[in-house]
Amino acid sequence: MKNEYDIIVVGAGPAGSITAKTAAEKGLDVLLIEKRQEIGDPIRCAEGVGKYNLQQHIEPDPRWICADVKGSRIFSPDGTMVEMAEEISGGEVGYVLERKIFDRALANESALAGAEVMVKTRATDLIIEGNTVCGIKLMHMGEEYEVRSKIVIGADGMESKVGRWAGINTSVKPEDMETCAQYLVANANIDQEFCYFYLGNEVAPAGYIWLFPKGGNKANVGIGILGSESGEQRAIDLLNDFMEKNMPEARIIEMVVGGVPVSGTIDRTIANGLILVGDAARQSDPITGGGIINAMDAGKMAGEVAVKAIRNGDCSEKGLQEYEDLWRDTIGKEIDNSLVVKETFVNFTDEDLNSLAKSLQNVNFTSMSLMDLLLALFKANKKLLWNLRGLFKDIVKNDIDFKYRT
Amino acid sequence: MSIIVNKYKCGYCGACVGVCPTGALELIETWIEVDNKCTGCGICQKVCPLGAIEVDR
Repeated sequence: MKNEYDIIVVGAGPAGSITAKTAAEKGLDVLLIEKRQEIGDPIRCAEGVGKYNLQQHIEPDPRWICADVKGSRIFSPDGTMVEMAEEISGGEVGYVLERKIFDRALANESALAGAEVMVKTRATDLIIEGNTVCGIKLMHMGEEYEVRSKIVIGADGMESKVGRWAGINTSVKPEDMETCAQYLVANANIDQEFCYFYLGNEVAPAGYIWLFPKGGNKANVGIGILGSESGEQRAIDLLNDFMEKNMPEARIIEMVVGGVPVSGTIDRTIANGLILVGDAARQSDPITGGGIINAMDAGKMAGEVAVKAIRNGDCSEKGLQEYEDLWRDTIGKEIDNSLVVKETFVNFTDEDLNSLAKSLQNVNFTSMSLMDLLLALFKANKKLLWNLRGLFKDIVKNDIDFKYRT
Repeated sequence: MSIIVNKYKCGYCGACVGVCPTGALELIETWIEVDNKCTGCGICQKVCPLGAIEVDR
């Protein structure tokens, strides 16, 4: 560890590792720190990801792919099933990852690109001079250090502190967070080519239960409920109920918990000498809870803008504005749209959900696009989904592109 | 007022840290640290997926 770097990236998840890799590839002096002693572990994720979007960042590797997914089966509270499968080009559209290996592979790529990586190294505060972030205070193996940099990247996830230290309020309200629990189970006995989703205010109030195939008859069985719905019945209790009723033969081999921000975009993700990326910037999708691809996309943008800003000698908020503009114009638009969908769906009764599912029974879906699903729902239930009409106006203009993301 | 985290129950996921309005919590390795900014508001207790937090009143 040196006393000074061009950029310091706090957090070695997908957002941080891609930022570090992008910047290091362009010749910047990069320090990537991870507070845990093991990158990628414990996971806090359902591990589903769209194939196309992932390939924009890394070549798929069987070492971190557990299952190829070609479709989704969505169940309404009364058991009505809507199936969506990709038939175009005969292919699987998504992967279920092994995040422990995937995250490590991404960190490895940043190291290969020249970034210095340190584990068991926790940011404890920012160094702020005037109103500019000039580095971080960190703790490694019980010793405290100060390390300076031109830009600090906060990729410190759901529990991000970096933004708060710079005066950006990233605290999430209970009604803006999905509180989640998941088991990796053996004896899952599901079709390993499909992801399963169960909706309903009994099974998962203002959220859903998911089953994602993990290969070898295993699956991630998880639940996310809105934090404001948590209390007497918690995520873990509802998950246990579901398992008992629906998967009595399944055997739990791992437990996973976590919170997913579903607040929609926050006001600001940059400051003088600072950029926030991924969950730290609350860039996860409010309807699916998916965050991996958005984190990687944002990481790439952050890395590229950091390179430019340092070359131009302007790492002020103004010099970093391009990052803010870039992500809001892409990821941000999708998040805004998803937020409208989320706010509509969390208010639905079980009867509403059943009637929506029934209205789709004769629709033949050949794509996994969430937007296609919503469009079909809207066509059949204009009154119920009137709030969403704005989304489809944009579709016509090809303004937005809802991708398959989990 | 502060909170009590049952470290035997905690899944060290950091959901509580993300919702804390005062930034009083920190996830370090496998435990949650609480500092004196904690007001005992109970938001963390509400959202904990495992029910590992209690407000100490």
